[in-house]
Amino acid sequence: MTETPAGFDPATDLTPSGNLRRRQAFSRLAETGATVAAVAAVAVLFIVVYSVVVRGAGALSLDFLTKGAPDGIGPAIVGTTVIVGIATLIAMPIGVLIALYLSEFTRSGRVAGAIKLTLDLMNGLPSIIIGLFVFGLLVYGHQQSAIAASVALSIIMLPLIARGSMEVLALVPEGLREAADALGVSRWRTVLTVVLPSALGGIVTSTVLAVARAAGETAPLIFTASVFDSARYNLNPTEAIPNIPVTIFQLSEEASPEAFTRAWGSSLVLVAAIMFASLGARAVLARSRSRMSR
Amino acid sequence: MSTAAPPASPPEAPVPAPRPRDWRRTFDRFGDLLLIAICAGAALLAVAALLAIGYQVVHGAAPSISKFGLGFVFHTNWQPNPPFEDFGAGTLLFGTVVSSFFALLVGAPIAIAIGLFLSLLAPKGVSSIISPLVEMLAAIPSVILGFWGIIVLAPFVQRDAEPFLHDTLGFIPIFGEPQTTGASVFTASLILTIMVIPIIASISRDLFLSVPQDIQDGASALGATRWEVVRGVVLPSTASGVIAASLLGLGRALGEAIAVTQVIGAGSEINASLFKTGDTLAGRIANQFPGAITELHQASLFYLGVILLIIGVASNLCAQWIGRRFDVSQRGATR
Repeated sequence: MTETPAGFDPATDLTPSGNLRRRQAFSRLAETGATVAAVAAVAVLFIVVYSVVVRGAGALSLDFLTKGAPDGIGPAIVGTTVIVGIATLIAMPIGVLIALYLSEFTRSGRVAGAIKLTLDLMNGLPSIIIGLFVFGLLVYGHQQSAIAASVALSIIMLPLIARGSMEVLALVPEGLREAADALGVSRWRTVLTVVLPSALGGIVTSTVLAVARAAGETAPLIFTASVFDSARYNLNPTEAIPNIPVTIFQLSEEASPEAFTRAWGSSLVLVAAIMFASLGARAVLARSRSRMSR
Repeated sequence: MSTAAPPASPPEAPVPAPRPRDWRRTFDRFGDLLLIAICAGAALLAVAALLAIGYQVVHGAAPSISKFGLGFVFHTNWQPNPPFEDFGAGTLLFGTVVSSFFALLVGAPIAIAIGLFLSLLAPKGVSSIISPLVEMLAAIPSVILGFWGIIVLAPFVQRDAEPFLHDTLGFIPIFGEPQTTGASVFTASLILTIMVIPIIASISRDLFLSVPQDIQDGASALGATRWEVVRGVVLPSTASGVIAASLLGLGRALGEAIAVTQVIGAGSEINASLFKTGDTLAGRIANQFPGAITELHQASLFYLGVILLIIGVASNLCAQWIGRRFDVSQRGATR
């Protein structure tokens, strides 16, 4: 009882040996692996962006940004803005209303579950299916139009906006609603004048993120707005109007050096716009979130 | 909400409330109802849109469904020209499954490692910079990724990656003879891998962050190394969530059309080798729909859409179901 166990020498230093050393080496190996994976992902991002910037910068000029087809992509820039703008006008109100319904009027229960599932399924739908849907609904028997393209993009944006708004609405302090209740304010006034304004920043940023996602979608557009005259400006939403994603797609299929240069230039414009919108919105979102949860 | 009603004493006749208040209360009640109705209407609209999507795609496929029936799914011939007009999804189903499976096989472990790095290893400053960068990878439009795939990735794959894999692992039939162009199922899989990684990485990062710190500390206190904490505590407690995240990534890979059609080479045969051309369901729709020759051709492309829709919704539902179970156990664990 009073003896120390055999083989135990209190004077030895406590450096790991044998088994422990092997386990620690393995652990370090795993840590290195995880770090390498993260670095690789960032490296791929930089390689892609670098390719686009280096090859696209040569194509950029004022003419490229403002003129029509053989020289530039001015009409496509305007067209994408119009299509995405109309899509936002459709998706944002509906998305925010759904978020309000889920966060203010049905806290839990089967209905809310069903609606959330609907949003998740909608978010997971392949965008080409949405293209087929809108083709069958609005294009077949009529003609391609910017409106049809916008409807398709709005279906892509809707779940993103609804979910983003829901998250922000959940951050609105319960105390605000209770204070409004205590003052005898009716529910709809509380929602419209207290809850919604305090969540507005987050709703706008999640809309911007959805816009960034939709602006690059190509699959739905090739069914709904791909036959257009890319030489002239067209703002008529009942016709197929030029847009950047389909322009890049068509140029990439052409396999001529000039077409590729223009495709790189168009890609640079699109990537720059998307990165700017998306990084900006993320930064604002992170700040407002930390401010609200404080 | 009737708390504001005046406490009327029963024996007396009810005193009429001041006029403007009364008006305001009915107005408020009407406003409440209206807002709820509008919000519920918006939610119903979303449900209706989802159902309409299903209906419209099946409706568009109707001529092809009635002509070919279920045999279409595994039939491997695709002859759109009028004298033949024979269609089957077999080749495309094969290409879809192979390319997505490969993307997931490569992408999921990398993505989970990234999630571990961002949630457990990296200092806060580092992860707050790298997290948005990884998510930025998902923000690159697929058409640009596909175009980059044609110009930059495909030549590299054809010149370096394929010969290397063929020389070292050529005894496995999937690493066959490299072809003259870089357009192959392999290149498409690599592009899909790039698309899948940010999705799985950001979801699993959030999952790992939700593992309570004290059970991790407990494992460390028992002498577990950092890897053993991950292996013994973090991964087991989030396993179903990670599987759900991978299924969501799979759904993305299955449905990707544009980037795939740009780099896969539109082949029409089933090949064991990944280095040959192939095609996927979504890729074929994107490639041939704008120039569909006949009514039946178009309907058959819609039929491909039906198959894609069923696979996509099924993988998504699986993910939700598995993920939901995770949520329940999580709530129990954090209490």
